[in-house]
Amino acid sequence: MKRLFPIFGLLTAVLLSFALYEALVAAPTEQTMGNVQRIFYYHVPSAWTAFLLFFINFICSIQYLVRSNPVADKVTNWTVIAIAIAACIAAFVIRPLPEGIEPSSVATTGLMIAGLYFLIKKYFSRERADALAVVSAEVGVVFCTVVLVTGPLWARPVWGIWWTWDVRLTSTLVLWLIYISYLMLRRFSTSGQTPVLAAALAVFGALDVPLVYFSIWIFRTQHPQPVIGGGGSIDPRMLHVLLINWLAFLCFAGLVCWSRYRLEILQRELEETQALEALLEPRSPR
Amino acid sequence: MVSSTYVDAAPIITLTAVVKQFGRFAALRGVSAEFAAGRLYVILGDNGAGKTTLLRALAGLAHPTSGSISILGTTDVRSVCHELGYMAHPSLLYDEMTGMENLCYFARLYGVADVSRGADNMIAVGLDPRLTRPVSQYSQGMRQRLSLARAVLNDPKILLLDEPFSNVDVRSARAMVALLAQMRDTGKTIFVVTHQAALLEGAADEFVWMEAGQITHRSRELQPVGAQ
Amino acid sequence: MSTASAVPSGVTGATLAKDLRLEWRSKDAINSMLFFSLLVVVVFSFSFDPNAEESRQIAGGLVWVAFLFAAVVALNQTWARELRNQVLDAYRVSPAPANSLFLAKALGNFIFVAVLEILMTPLFIMFYKLRALGPAWQLLPVAVLGTWALVVNGTFFAAVSLRTRSREIMLPLLLFPISIPALLAMVNATTAILTGELSAKFWIVLLSTYDVVFTIACLLLFELVLNAE
Repeated sequence: MKRLFPIFGLLTAVLLSFALYEALVAAPTEQTMGNVQRIFYYHVPSAWTAFLLFFINFICSIQYLVRSNPVADKVTNWTVIAIAIAACIAAFVIRPLPEGIEPSSVATTGLMIAGLYFLIKKYFSRERADALAVVSAEVGVVFCTVVLVTGPLWARPVWGIWWTWDVRLTSTLVLWLIYISYLMLRRFSTSGQTPVLAAALAVFGALDVPLVYFSIWIFRTQHPQPVIGGGGSIDPRMLHVLLINWLAFLCFAGLVCWSRYRLEILQRELEETQALEALLEPRSPR
Repeated sequence: MVSSTYVDAAPIITLTAVVKQFGRFAALRGVSAEFAAGRLYVILGDNGAGKTTLLRALAGLAHPTSGSISILGTTDVRSVCHELGYMAHPSLLYDEMTGMENLCYFARLYGVADVSRGADNMIAVGLDPRLTRPVSQYSQGMRQRLSLARAVLNDPKILLLDEPFSNVDVRSARAMVALLAQMRDTGKTIFVVTHQAALLEGAADEFVWMEAGQITHRSRELQPVGAQ
Repeated sequence: MSTASAVPSGVTGATLAKDLRLEWRSKDAINSMLFFSLLVVVVFSFSFDPNAEESRQIAGGLVWVAFLFAAVVALNQTWARELRNQVLDAYRVSPAPANSLFLAKALGNFIFVAVLEILMTPLFIMFYKLRALGPAWQLLPVAVLGTWALVVNGTFFAAVSLRTRSREIMLPLLLFPISIPALLAMVNATTAILTGELSAKFWIVLLSTYDVVFTIACLLLFELVLNAE
């Protein structure tokens, strides 16, 4: 595995450069916004990457909490499978779907959730799932910061405002705040069971996100706000560039996560070894 | 494993290679022991030997890093917690309530609705149940005795007492020892961690010495420190 | 004679009664809280001094932010009492269920914060010359649901922060982000009722959902938190 790292690094570097070129030069210039619009190719992929990482953190947190209890573990397994099946059925049964959502994406999302859950379950022990939780939270916060910085940077020249309480931006802000508090809890905890406390917080955060979405949605129906980023269809050439950038960002996130993960595992192994040494060596009476 | 000095029937508590680590500090380093029912055990050792940690592990307050503890036939300490009584060095009492109020509250936690139990316990440890002073105004000795009264509210089979005699005057301490011996005679298993082992010389069944997180030896006699 | 395991509702009631009695006896806690609440109202009044019409627009936000600060100070205290003399260990050793402790603490906090709110509200009405242009009766469910939303998560995170350094600051750090949707709902519902311009119904539904979701989450996860040494 270790030898793959430099290869992967090189691949990511190439991909990022290519994506940069595409975003800044090759992509068509937007009609109304001009060249400023190109920040979109950094803003959106960062957001998707951040959400994916936070979702991985959520899965790892749940796994850490349930895997100590065989009954809870089984129940969660079946719940995840049920969610995937429900998503597949709902995708083709619910008519009409909310605007902009395709049946295939609903079904795929459900299957991906289940796939991600069981992949992590298979390849990560309970302790390592916790290490992955730390890593994904940290890297997720970085990408989330990028979203929150590029958002206003984009909004100001184009729409004349630094900030607006639109659903996506506000939800991103709340998610960022929740995960900063998560990292602070990890740092400040003196308990021997920090992973449990942090996992509980992550679960609370995950429960909170749909409520945030819903609350902002109500707010906006009562107080119409300007929309940053706009909805609607996107030029296929732009979509192409967007996806290339997302792939590049994912590879970069994977690279960073991988090295951070290795660091975290090494650190934990070091602590375990030191603890074992302290256990075995004779102690002078105090 | 350091064996008991008695040839015992089935043990009531079994520790198997119990390790408890706080980060790099190993409070218990592989303790294995068996304890039979109906005996009064005195646990001795220097500060930092692991005595308090051992008691907390038995009470279910500290989960072993590795190894297992079997109490009354089960490794799930939570399921037998109503058979345990625990007394620690801090008083585990509410300072702003009176003695009886404290005992009535803790009795509720154990599902004991009988108020007279609390009163009886207070009398047994030499306190007046009609005291209206809040616990904060008790002397240290009185607080220790009330804490003992709280520990036996649920009439537990196993009593875990951490430094019950600290700051208690000699007469009250002797009365407490007599009470403990009485309870042992009714079939309770009692563990006492103390630095004042001499008080228990007549009453104790076995002395257990701990050092650096392990049990070093057990004896029926209290011997001078260092003698084997 | 050993008895069977404790009746949960009995334990919750007993713990709540004990907490209220202790709170009543150590009146310094209540007094300082009351004074703090008064100060908050006065400071806000000096900082935001609009005329009657504008006041209705912002009062919803002001009132709930003031309640939030008062609640945080109150929440920090109630667990602190269990740490003195390590009396929480006595609870953990007993067969009493963890959830009973949580409910008792949450209800106690709710009563405590409600008392503060009842005292702060007339002051706000006075300083800001408030009058509800919408259906005033709806303010009661908003107040109850909103206070519970703050208190249930506040009690949970106060217990979490017991195991951290800088305990007092950890509570707001953990509580505020999670409370944002509830806060939004409380503020907008109150503003809607005061101005009478919009309906508070959706906000009340959101608050109810928030309360149900997080009460269940707290009850499911509290035992783990209590036993995290």
